[in-house]
Amino acid sequence: MADNQKKHDPAKKAPKIQAVSRMKEIMTNYYIDAKTAREQGKKVAWITSGGPVEPLIAMDVIPVYPENHGAMIGASKMGAQLCEKAEEMGYSRDLCSYARADIADSVQKTGPIGGLPEPDMLVCCNNICGTVLKWYETAARYYKVPLFILDTPFVHTEFSDSARKYVLSQIYEYIAFLETHCGTKMNYDRMEEVGRLSVEGTGLWQAVLDTCAHRPAPMTAFDAFFHLALIVTLRGTRTAVDYYRQLLDELNQRIADGVSMVPDEKYRLLWDNLPVWYKTRWLSEKFAAHDAALVADTYTSAWSGMLPDMGGQTFLEAMAETYTKVYINISIDRMFDIVANMIEKYQVDGMVMHSNRSCKPYSLGQYDLRQMIMDRLGVPTLIIEADMVDERAFSESQIDTRIDAFMETLKS
Amino acid sequence: MTSAERFRSIWRDPAGYGRSVKQETGRSILGFFCSYAPVELIYAAGVLPFRLFGTRGEISLADTHLQSYCCSLVRGGLEDALKGNLDFLDGAVFPHTCDSIQRLSDIWRLNAGFVHHFDAVLPVKLNTESARQYMIDVLSGFCRELETAFGKQIRDADINAAICEYNQIRKQLKALYAIRSQNPGLFEPSAVHWIMTAAMVMEPAAFLREITAFLDQIRSSAGAAAQTGRKRLMLAGGICTHPDVYDLLARAGADLVWDDLCTGARYFEGAIAEDTKDPVAAVADRYLSRSVCPAKHADITARGRHLVDAARQQGADGVIFLQLKFCDPHAFDYPYLKQFLDEAQIPSLLIEIEDQPPPGGQLLTRLETFVDML
Ligand code: SF4
Ligand code: SF4
Repeated sequence: MADNQKKHDPAKKAPKIQAVSRMKEIMTNYYIDAKTAREQGKKVAWITSGGPVEPLIAMDVIPVYPENHGAMIGASKMGAQLCEKAEEMGYSRDLCSYARADIADSVQKTGPIGGLPEPDMLVCCNNICGTVLKWYETAARYYKVPLFILDTPFVHTEFSDSARKYVLSQIYEYIAFLETHCGTKMNYDRMEEVGRLSVEGTGLWQAVLDTCAHRPAPMTAFDAFFHLALIVTLRGTRTAVDYYRQLLDELNQRIADGVSMVPDEKYRLLWDNLPVWYKTRWLSEKFAAHDAALVADTYTSAWSGMLPDMGGQTFLEAMAETYTKVYINISIDRMFDIVANMIEKYQVDGMVMHSNRSCKPYSLGQYDLRQMIMDRLGVPTLIIEADMVDERAFSESQIDTRIDAFMETLKS
Repeated sequence: MTSAERFRSIWRDPAGYGRSVKQETGRSILGFFCSYAPVELIYAAGVLPFRLFGTRGEISLADTHLQSYCCSLVRGGLEDALKGNLDFLDGAVFPHTCDSIQRLSDIWRLNAGFVHHFDAVLPVKLNTESARQYMIDVLSGFCRELETAFGKQIRDADINAAICEYNQIRKQLKALYAIRSQNPGLFEPSAVHWIMTAAMVMEPAAFLREITAFLDQIRSSAGAAAQTGRKRLMLAGGICTHPDVYDLLARAGADLVWDDLCTGARYFEGAIAEDTKDPVAAVADRYLSRSVCPAKHADITARGRHLVDAARQQGADGVIFLQLKFCDPHAFDYPYLKQFLDEAQIPSLLIEIEDQPPPGGQLLTRLETFVDML
């Protein structure tokens, strides 16, 4: 450990965010609800994290997110064991660890919640990657349930009119799919109401993240990784709206009281890519020991990027474009524009990129992105090679040294 | 030079061939990586479509753009572009396939410095009417972009002519595969691989002449050769650019009789309707009906059934999966494909290929063990 790096001083720790306990309660209830869906006569749909959940909520189907489950597996440090199991089943070690861990847990049911509730149907939106397409095909074969694919063409240089038309017609196909498999008709008034709640919740989530534009930041990206769960899983519900309002009030209060998450915040960093779920505590303390706060990240803000530009459209119409243009469904140069914006908005001194071997659409291209950020904005950037769930891909001593060296250059 | 020798020399140095075409004819050449690149439309624009296979040499320049966990096709392709090995290309087209190719397109557009760059963001889903309509829209849009880039109007008649020419090629390749399946002893182990490589880079008319001559000659000698009595194998996977594999298979005492590779049978499967009023739709329909690539979605068990059917039809005793390391779409399908084969009692073996194939001796032992077990 470098000399000028302070030992972690628990006495100087910022007060915990109070809303955390409410969040845990909501998530527990949500999973109990999902696990007892059959008894309640409700259907369960598995859906990808970037998928349009609103129609499910409007149809009273319980959405379940295998990726959120993957994150829980990672945070509970069960990733390596489950990934190994998947490898025994024939899935290559080079595949996404969310998919591997989840596929293995479908069979083994030894994960943090004893296996996800089984799906009645599957909804896969490929706006995040091609992995989910293959993963959901696997699930469809395993559970023998219907699969709906919402195909959102990648946006290299433009979001074309034909893509818009294609996605919009699929949104109606999606609703027809739900109507068939639920045996009820969509109530479009309810749909618009869910849409309004979704927009409101997403706006509040953005406001929560925006509190970190304040210097010092009342929370860090590590907190955002935790509080993200609701905007992913319960987007479009009153619960999510109420929760984020509560969280926002608390963060604003912290700002008013001068409370910062990193006690002596001096350096402000931007995180890129998924969290390293099994090392969030370690990384958070590591950066805090350098007086560095991760004030923003491209990952949790991907969901606030889903805030549609309604412009007189119905929610369903707005959804087509919004869901297609999410952060990782766009080209590197478009990503750069977003990152450059964040660097300015959050007054960032440096960037930390997690080169995540699980996630090719997020990680390939990072080298070019880094070069653009350094050349055009002069912002120093560190790359950490790891994986979000599979601990075997994390070399602690090497990363420790690299972070120290990076922080030294920032300080000099 | 005999046809066989010509194929072999083009296989040995496809870029050398591309460069000679450029020098001799001055025509525009467009590179592509994937069997979803609509070669008929490119050709109808007066441009030669030229398949890229990735470098066989060392990787140095691509390392500053791509992490180590990226397949050798993407890395090798970028390396070739950055090194100037593809200086005869006017640009490249990237049909949407996998996550890695998707990012390669960005990196290529920002760094490779070609005059033209096309993204054909095809649908991933191939089994709905709206996907079909979108596919047609994308292909029509691509035609318009080609017209602007190369200054030649693409008429329906041009597309129909290209369709006929490529259908002829597909027909001949299919005949080639059928002859090999009946009489594998007639061919050198890598001969079909050389031909397939040539088919994907050569001027269509020139290739058609050579393949026709080659087939005539093979047919005339067909009477002489008899069944070899060796084990019959099939290859399955994406792309195979390692000819060693063919020689090793032969040395292990087996005949390669068929494949399910995108640089193999998937390239020539499915003819396109000729002389239709809407030739772009006809091109789209081939993609929608042909056996699906794992990066696309149609029926979720179609690939498994297709593989088992092909193995049965060709009387294959076993299947070898050639898996390019870090190729997600194929790696995701492997367990289920293997299960389908297991259920049909067709033995299979998985070989993972990194930038370089596994050491020859070790691979040979694995292949021999597998063949002995059949
Ligand atoms: S981590 Fe990446 S590859 Fe895995 S499911 Fe998420 S977006 Fe897809
Ligand atoms: S499909 Fe596989 S082999 Fe082809 S480019 Fe993608 S990862 Fe590479």
